[in-house]
Amino acid sequence: MRKKHSLLTRIWHWLNALCVIVLFMSGLGISNAHRYLYWGNAGSQPSEAWTAVIRFPDWATLPQRYDLAESRDWHVLFSWPFAIGLLVFWIAMLIGGHFWRDLRTHREEWKSAAIWADIVKHAKLDFTHDGAKYSFLQKLSYGIVLGVLLPVMVFTGLAISPGFEPAAPWLVDWFGGRQSARSIHFLAAWALFAFFVIHILLVLLSGPVKQMRDMITGGRDET
Amino acid sequence: MKRRTALVGLGALFTGACSKVAESRAGQSLFDMAENWHMKAHRALANRQALAPEFTKVDISPVFKGNGSITVDSDIYRDQLSKGFPNWRLRVGGLVKNEMSFSLENLRALPQRSQITRHDCVEGWSAIGEWTGPQLSLLLDAAEVLPEANFIVFYCADILYGKRYYESIDMVDAYHPQTIVAHELNGEPLPEKNGAPLRMRIERQLGYKHPKYLTRIEAVASLDDIEGGKGGFWEDNYGYQWYAGI
Ligand code: HEM
Repeated sequence: MRKKHSLLTRIWHWLNALCVIVLFMSGLGISNAHRYLYWGNAGSQPSEAWTAVIRFPDWATLPQRYDLAESRDWHVLFSWPFAIGLLVFWIAMLIGGHFWRDLRTHREEWKSAAIWADIVKHAKLDFTHDGAKYSFLQKLSYGIVLGVLLPVMVFTGLAISPGFEPAAPWLVDWFGGRQSARSIHFLAAWALFAFFVIHILLVLLSGPVKQMRDMITGGRDET
Repeated sequence: MKRRTALVGLGALFTGACSKVAESRAGQSLFDMAENWHMKAHRALANRQALAPEFTKVDISPVFKGNGSITVDSDIYRDQLSKGFPNWRLRVGGLVKNEMSFSLENLRALPQRSQITRHDCVEGWSAIGEWTGPQLSLLLDAAEVLPEANFIVFYCADILYGKRYYESIDMVDAYHPQTIVAHELNGEPLPEKNGAPLRMRIERQLGYKHPKYLTRIEAVASLDDIEGGKGGFWEDNYGYQWYAGI
């Protein structure tokens, strides 16, 4: 039985989409202030960097010009609804059963034959999956986004903040130092962007009008 | 093609709306509120006197980058720099019982604190160095700060983009054990680019809160009437956050 999207799922989905777009674009503006990334705790010279990233064009940043202070204003503001929204959604998914019912994978789904069958089905643009709300690949990618990438954005974001560090120095150590946390923050932001592109592509391929309508109105319960 | 136009239009609508919000008074107060919540959350989660991590000598960065002002462009400064700052004075005043004036020799005679800490610039980079100097609390206690004082303001000798540099912190950071008036970096007198002869260390905040070329410390009740009223050079002129712990 496939239940419709719950109201909380829909609210969180759109709130989170807005937060991630604002945080990603303002983050690209922040990145333009110093385009070198380092591992470890410290790094300030190009010779210490593991990579230099491009200067992101103005159309990709928030605001649409180089203004580190305003980019940081947006980041500082939207980190709150983003982090609190994620926390509330996780608690609700665990208590309300969405996680256990729809997102959790089962052992038989991890068999290579079953995974391959799901890949082939996707390649044929067949997005039906009888019974379950989500297909295996869908659960896997939602799991990685909800369980890994989004929390990692919050935790590395906190670890980069010098005012937060005295509260939990172990968090910074855990990521391998402040500059490592900053590098991971940057890389995970781009991993989220990759998910975003694929996610939108799949919505467009699988009936965008119904998909959009369902994520706004909730859609109907189906058996 | 139509879809692309629609997408570009949607994007422009979104970024346009964002810039309207950022320019509005309500938007600004939203930003300020979010900044303030970060400060409150940081201070609630950690002890108010909790220390920034300290490192060991092997962690010290090979180069300690100088940023912002890297010199003071005046003959007096050049002259003092070449002689080791014999006439440099750090005055302490404002809402204090005893106005004071310290020479470098006076400051070196006080109990010293050495700390190997990581300096995080708002631009994104970090460098580790060992700083030495008396705790700011020693100077404030000697001057006997009056109870009306809520902020400590730091005035500097350097002129950046045509304006005099200054900064401010509240009493929680002023009396923090790692808040020191540093006169040494890595065991040597402060290099010119890092703020010779004196710079503040405010270890739980970003680099622009650590003013260099320090000349005067003032205890005040409010920041409203000082320079642009926002508590610092970057805050007044470029809209940076006063709480730079994020
Ligand atoms: C609670 C959530 C978050 C917090 C507290 C946070 C915090 C921060 C901070 C403090 C910085 C400045 C790093 C520096 O000094 O260079 C930063 C940079 C950045 N953030 Fe976030 N962030 C959050 C979420 C996100 C999300 C969701 C994204 C994107 C999807 C994102 C993308 C970026 C990017 C691309 C940068 C630039 C990295 C660099 O090169 O320095 N952030 N973030």
